[in-house]
Amino acid sequence: MTDSKYFTTTKKGEIFELKAELNSDKKEKKKEAVKKVIASMTVGKDVSALFPDVVNCMQTDNLELKKLVYLYLMNYAKSQPDMAIMAVNTFVKDCEDPNPLIRALAVRTMGCIRVDKITEYLCEPLRKCLKDEDPYVRKTAAVCVAKLHDINAQLVEDQGFLDTLKDLISDSNPMVVANAVAALSEIAESHPNSNLLDLNPQTINKLLTALNECTEWGQIFILDCLANYTPRDDRESQSICERVTPRLSHANSAVVLSAVKVLMKFMEMLPKDLDYYGTLLKKLAPPLVTLLSAEPELQYVALRNINLIVQRRPEILKHEMKVFFVKYNDPIYVKLEKLDIMIRLASQANIAQVLAELKEYATEVDVDFVRKAVRAIGRCAIKVEQSAERCVSTLLDLIQTKVNYVVQEAIVVIKDIFRKYPNKYESVIATLCENLDSLDEPEARAAMIWIVGEYAERIDNADELLESFLEGFHDESTQVQLQLLTAIVKLFLKKPTETQELVQQVLSLATQDSDNPDLRDRGYIYWRLLSTDPVAAKEVVLAEKPLISEETDLIEPTLLEELICHIGTLASVYHKPPSAFVEGSRGVQHKRLPGSAGSGESVDSPDPGSAAGASEAPPAVIPSQGDLLGDLLNLDLTPPTTTGPPPAPSSGMQLGAMDLLGGGLDSLLGGDLGGGAAMGAGFGAAPAAMPASFSAPVSGGLDDLFDLGGGVGMPMGAYSPPKTIWLPAMKAKGLEISGTFARRAGVIQMEMTLTNKAMSVMTDFAIQFNRNSFGLAPAGPLQILTPLSPNQSIEASLPLSTVGPVMKMEPLTNLQVAVKNNIDVFYFSCQYPISMLFVEDGKMERQVFLATWKDIPNDNESQFQIKDCHLSSDATSNKLQGSNVFTIAKRTVEGQDMLYQSMKLTNGIWVLAELRVQTGNPNYTVSLKCRAPEVSQCVFQSYEAMLKN
Amino acid sequence: MIGGLFIYNHKGEVLISRVYRDDIGRNAVDAFRVNVIHARQQVRSPVTNIARTSFFHVKRSNIWLAAVTKQNVNATMVFEFLYKMCDVMAAYFGKISEENVKNNFVLIYELLDEILDFGYPQNSETGALKTFITQQGIKSQSKEEQAQITSQVTGQIGWRREGIKYRRNELFLDVLESVNLLMSPQGQVLSAHVSGRVVMKSYLSGMPECKFGMNDKIVIDKQNKGGSSEEGGKSGKQSIAIDDCTFHQCVRLSKFDSERSISFIPPDGDYELMRYRTTKDIILPFRVIPLVREVGRTKLEVKVVIKSNFKSSLLAQKIEVRIPTPLNTSGVQLICMKGKAKYKASENAIVWKIKRMAGMKESQISAEIELLPTNDKKWARPPISMNFEVPFAPSGLKVRYLKVFEPKLNYSDHDVIKWVRYIGRSGIYETRC
Repeated sequence: MTDSKYFTTTKKGEIFELKAELNSDKKEKKKEAVKKVIASMTVGKDVSALFPDVVNCMQTDNLELKKLVYLYLMNYAKSQPDMAIMAVNTFVKDCEDPNPLIRALAVRTMGCIRVDKITEYLCEPLRKCLKDEDPYVRKTAAVCVAKLHDINAQLVEDQGFLDTLKDLISDSNPMVVANAVAALSEIAESHPNSNLLDLNPQTINKLLTALNECTEWGQIFILDCLANYTPRDDRESQSICERVTPRLSHANSAVVLSAVKVLMKFMEMLPKDLDYYGTLLKKLAPPLVTLLSAEPELQYVALRNINLIVQRRPEILKHEMKVFFVKYNDPIYVKLEKLDIMIRLASQANIAQVLAELKEYATEVDVDFVRKAVRAIGRCAIKVEQSAERCVSTLLDLIQTKVNYVVQEAIVVIKDIFRKYPNKYESVIATLCENLDSLDEPEARAAMIWIVGEYAERIDNADELLESFLEGFHDESTQVQLQLLTAIVKLFLKKPTETQELVQQVLSLATQDSDNPDLRDRGYIYWRLLSTDPVAAKEVVLAEKPLISEETDLIEPTLLEELICHIGTLASVYHKPPSAFVEGSRGVQHKRLPGSAGSGESVDSPDPGSAAGASEAPPAVIPSQGDLLGDLLNLDLTPPTTTGPPPAPSSGMQLGAMDLLGGGLDSLLGGDLGGGAAMGAGFGAAPAAMPASFSAPVSGGLDDLFDLGGGVGMPMGAYSPPKTIWLPAMKAKGLEISGTFARRAGVIQMEMTLTNKAMSVMTDFAIQFNRNSFGLAPAGPLQILTPLSPNQSIEASLPLSTVGPVMKMEPLTNLQVAVKNNIDVFYFSCQYPISMLFVEDGKMERQVFLATWKDIPNDNESQFQIKDCHLSSDATSNKLQGSNVFTIAKRTVEGQDMLYQSMKLTNGIWVLAELRVQTGNPNYTVSLKCRAPEVSQCVFQSYEAMLKN
Repeated sequence: MIGGLFIYNHKGEVLISRVYRDDIGRNAVDAFRVNVIHARQQVRSPVTNIARTSFFHVKRSNIWLAAVTKQNVNATMVFEFLYKMCDVMAAYFGKISEENVKNNFVLIYELLDEILDFGYPQNSETGALKTFITQQGIKSQSKEEQAQITSQVTGQIGWRREGIKYRRNELFLDVLESVNLLMSPQGQVLSAHVSGRVVMKSYLSGMPECKFGMNDKIVIDKQNKGGSSEEGGKSGKQSIAIDDCTFHQCVRLSKFDSERSISFIPPDGDYELMRYRTTKDIILPFRVIPLVREVGRTKLEVKVVIKSNFKSSLLAQKIEVRIPTPLNTSGVQLICMKGKAKYKASENAIVWKIKRMAGMKESQISAEIELLPTNDKKWARPPISMNFEVPFAPSGLKVRYLKVFEPKLNYSDHDVIKWVRYIGRSGIYETRC
């Protein structure tokens, strides 16, 4: 007898037949019928109509039948809450069954039924099961607490289950311990500040003991939990490491990687001169290499992690280059990752081998892989100076193959090589120019144009070449247009006589015929520069450029630290912090590596000298996102349009590409790695007057990114007010809407809970806004796909754009909304906090701030008092930064901290603020200056809201 | 943790769908089908993020297994779990095919309920699971049996049950190695490693304590420190340097870490005791010497010599050399001294098979390949690959002892019949040409 036949019944009237069979007297027939029901459920048919009949089969001593009925219940109980109650009695009875397997089954299933009324009945049986004599029941009950917490957190706390769960950490059975740890870790994640897990040396000792005895999965739970602990000193750290290292020989890769995570983290605390530190480093390499002989999917995860580990501690794998050589039959995702690691490990010692391999790869079939291989050759040239010449000749060989994408990729990297070794390889320019016509990708065209402009004096027909690009100027991408503009200006400055006409042509194309503000602005600046002072223009445009740094594509150090704490998890696969892809409160906490033993004391020290000396200098990172000034000087930073994916939350995850624009990272930039030093330089000098603090050198672009919040904790996410009821059910025929606004990853979200308090099902939801002050409009339709049945609630999150029609509202942030469903159309109005409109790039340059502040008439200044606020000035600026209020400078005058802050609204209005904080005085004064004084009141209100939450 | 687990057939129809977490809706089932199974382009990553939901997938023949989550889960664990799930299913009903999955869907749901609770993997050792989940429905158990089951499933020795009895205590030990090579056309070894497995079948009574010993360099060097230096020099040659090894969960890892001894209570029946990897002093059983000459644009001359490099008393078997040919090949003439060779147009390769070959011999094949004129870009020249099987361990690993102690029963180490076998196979054994 086979079960596959259950999948094939598709007759009409099936439901009635099943109903009859379910009520049959014969046991066999009943079981058959339940199997058919489950099969239909699997393929997605709605069999909820059979609910009472299936539940009737529950009272049986046949365990197999019982399990099937339970499976059905878990799926449909939520849609039939009243009938689900019918099952409660059986559950309660089963929890008393003499057979431990049945007791566990009952408590396991009950926890999966998310119906409020049932959870009430669950408490007593669960309490008993947590103290059951049988470990199988206890381990199931431990997980059940996490389930219940997910449904009703308050109930779990009130009933004291958390304490019982904590007691289970001392259980005699290792699997009970492991499950209790897993449950507690999960619950603790949603309560970031509670001291639930309460990791202390005693509990750690218990966990380490259980680690030796439990199943492979239990070991993973325990190791992942251990990774959250911060040892008190280096001795404790070492003793934990010693007890964790044996796990590196486990057959389960997840156990190995979780152990690596614990070791990588605790290693930070060990003094580097300790013998054990060296031993540990040596022990880490072999297991990492072994991971590469696992199945391809695991290899992929391992490689993404190794990529992080190599950046943090290159010494671990520096002798293992060969294992990253690509095999012909590796899946493409493994090949691409291996290539990345090969470049990171390339050094003078192994460069010959690496180059030979890369050349081999450049002849393969897969286009992405070949491109990456070509790019890798260029990166080798930049990284290992001795190899530059060979790399260049390899690239020239590849250009000779005339394979279109190979040529384009090669030209892009040769441009970088010129930036690293100017005036060395210009002889190849002639070859490059031969391939001008075959370039059809913007990046390659831009690179070629840059080369022509940069070396215009050595290319006889530079003007002809550039002129040829000019014909289709408006069809080019922005990147190419900007580059062409700059190149022609350079050409003009080098050969002014012949090219006057050309430069005029390009300037007029850029300024008069283009809609692109970046292009227009750049055009105007060049134009004015050239017309007022050609000598100065020459100095600016043809200024010597700083050499590009050796390592590119490094992950920003603060992010890297966080990712190291997430080794083995999805975050390490995506190379993004969990907050970038996890919804809700989970995972929003930022993890950090503990400070090293040597520099531990000095991390928080205000003395910039000692901090800089002790902490490891972060590797220089080329920011993919240039500041405006750098761009003008033609520092050749790729324009923002091509870096990273747009920060739309719904867009697919772009593996490998770093999302510098993403909200998650923005808030990370406030982190404090190396910040201590930068902060000391920037503000530590405490200038007496404001102008002085703004006259710091402009070149501190990168420092700027790090200079805030030195030594302070992580900034919190954007402020979002709690949900309020917008549309009471009374007014909308049973539909209740409560909601709030939030800003996530640069997108304004309208978050609503729709509750059906009527008797009938609601469908066909749609939403519309009236015109409003800031042009807010839904960016897409309201996504409520399933019908809303009575007494059901649904969460909907609606992304908003700010390009809708504008009309000034009173009050300013009022929003009139119409919601339609199958019953009627309903109107309500709500107010959004103006902080939702603060954009991520609202940080003003210091000079600009100063100039703007002076420029705005004093009449536009308004002053407010914020009462009863008890934050320090650092915490304040941190908190505000989460909502895109950027602190530009801080100065202290007579015990009063003055914070100068800027924010920018979605419609481009800048608001400048001066916040006065006096220690010991809970009343802050905020002065706001803005060209549109109407917004000040709203901004003040959101200041108050942000600070008090 | 894992929010749900779906199994699809090759068309993308759901065969099994089990949701563990409330944040995973029915639409996740469709999202994976549309974005991965039916994706127009080949899937470029085993992890896919669709609308803030992450999907992990593995494929077994044409069945897709997908785990879904909305949280920052331990990705390594999810994949390990998916493999484990495949192993468990295979142990219950053999090959994972649409037919078998459909035939056993009730069983699969039962297993999924047992080995994954709220998305947390639980005990997934088939040995333990089979005591209370069977294909023939649930066995009725006595109270003692129930207690035994639960203590085994949660206990410290979850992989073995008490009270096993055999009339004949027997042990089979296989050292299976796969030797991997990447060689340049000039005969330079670009990378070579052996990945080996020690696979055991044990039929032993009671709860035996086993100790496994091999010619691990670290152990032998340690022993020789006390002994005479002459012996040290001799055994130094015979010991091998193991780069890394991993063990079945029955092995006491802390003991291996401190004393480097491998001691364990074995599961009953088949299992993999350890995996290891070596890179030093590998015996490469074959050497491939390619010679490719392009004669004009329409002809290619290929000559390949293989040399066997092991004791002449030993025989290698199932030798196969795969010589790739360009896509525009129109005809091939072959001459080989030994075995059979054939041009397989569908695989774009010449396949040369030799049944047996003794050590220290050599053989060669020459081929003339006619090409159609073409404008395609240059041929990428994939490497020449080789398959074979040899009756020794290319890493040089030797089993020194496997001792069995069972104090409670009346059989001793001498009464156990032990079988040891060494098999070396080709892993990815490639020579570029």
